[in-house]
Amino acid sequence: MEDQVPDRHTEGVKSKYTADRQMPGAFEGETVTRRRFMNVVTQGAGGVAAMAFTLPALAFAVGPLFSREPFSWQTVGTTADFDELTYVTKVITVVQGIGNAGNTIAYMRKRDPAIDTEPEDQYNHYIALSSRCMHLGCPVRYVSAAERFICPCHGGVYDFRGMVVSGPPVRPLDRFYTRVHNGLVQVGPRYSVNFELHRFSPRDPGQPLNGIGQYLYPKRFDTSILPKN
Amino acid sequence: MPKFPAPPIPKALLPQPKRPGENGNGTPTPLEAGAEAGITVVDWVDERMQLSGGLRWLLFRKVPKGINWFYTLGSATMFAFLNQAVTGVFLAMYYRPDASGGAYESIRYITDDAFLGQTVRAMHKWGASVMIILIFLHMARVFFFGAYKYPRELTWIIGVTLLILTLAMGFTGYLLPFDQQSYWASIVGININGTGPFIGPYLSDFLRAGPEFGATTLSRFYAIHMMLIPGLIAALIGAHLYLITKLGISAPPWLKAVEEEAPELRETQV
Repeated sequence: MEDQVPDRHTEGVKSKYTADRQMPGAFEGETVTRRRFMNVVTQGAGGVAAMAFTLPALAFAVGPLFSREPFSWQTVGTTADFDELTYVTKVITVVQGIGNAGNTIAYMRKRDPAIDTEPEDQYNHYIALSSRCMHLGCPVRYVSAAERFICPCHGGVYDFRGMVVSGPPVRPLDRFYTRVHNGLVQVGPRYSVNFELHRFSPRDPGQPLNGIGQYLYPKRFDTSILPKN
Repeated sequence: MPKFPAPPIPKALLPQPKRPGENGNGTPTPLEAGAEAGITVVDWVDERMQLSGGLRWLLFRKVPKGINWFYTLGSATMFAFLNQAVTGVFLAMYYRPDASGGAYESIRYITDDAFLGQTVRAMHKWGASVMIILIFLHMARVFFFGAYKYPRELTWIIGVTLLILTLAMGFTGYLLPFDQQSYWASIVGININGTGPFIGPYLSDFLRAGPEFGATTLSRFYAIHMMLIPGLIAALIGAHLYLITKLGISAPPWLKAVEEEAPELRETQV
């Protein structure tokens, strides 16, 4: 064998077989050097160990994006409590167990066919407007003398139906599904509307829903959906 | 002032400084060993860790002519961060991230009842504003002095990352008192995140831990504020300081380049 030691200068391309390259202890047909094999195994094991705690932790952090919030109908009054001309303020709970921080306000009235042009169905005999301003989420206040909803933060103004009159809001006020159940008025999950009052799954404030807006701000996986019953 | 001649005292009577190892066999007396205990301990540690060379590399380095007080803004920002870290750790001993009233109550306890609580909280609260101001002044100094240019671009990029992380600290920390102001400011801030097309809705869901502002929103902000970002900031400050020491600091732009010196001198001065 000694006289067959390959000359590196004339050999050209190295053989991929370690036996051809005269490696001590090389097996016949072996193509991966032990140094390279140890490198890959050690770094691979380190990578697996790092992923073993990183991936569950990341999934843990983003989990809430994919778990749908449960929702139940909340009774807010009887049919006699509401009329077409004035808004009644009702406190409803959107997050359980954290006291006032989980409450929000719905401005409620009876549907008035003379002004409410959107098609009527079983969920809008009573109109429930969210107090969340559609600019950046501050709470709007209904000023009955002006028949306007006014936001204290950046000057958003909405008319009696919750349509944008002035200021930076990008869409009309969000609404809640309502229903009449055994003579009681109940409030369900939130939904968003565009300028034609078409219903969309709830979007955050600041996200327009007209035209291309509904595609720029896709629906989320964790918002409450209308209970089937 | 003329000096009086020394009095003619015989040499044997002159006070002599004590020689080390007065106990005869050349080893230090207990008193001498005690007096040098600090040096002994530092030497013992340094013999094993060999850190003194690195410390000398970090602290005893050459700086260009003409540096001035503007060059201290980076250190000032770092000490503002250290102030935030120390006061923040001790505020965390009293704070409770409880959205159903406990957070506000714990802040009230820190401010009104805890001994020196108002001081420590004020140091953290005002220190946050000081850090933001200092980091912007530091960035302005680097920008207007042209100190971001080759070979210091990576130092600048890390500095911008530190600026963004510092602003994120301000955003997440603002919610923690959980009063009306911090609650609504966070609502607005989260919704601003939501206005980014395509990923905005999911980004705001991530920040809120759900579609609505809930109990875990506060604890999520708290965890980001006191564990995730401070660790990143500390690591990036380390990288920033390493680059500053490795590359040296830049001369102020008004300083003219010095005349070419003799080649044999140039070699030794670099």
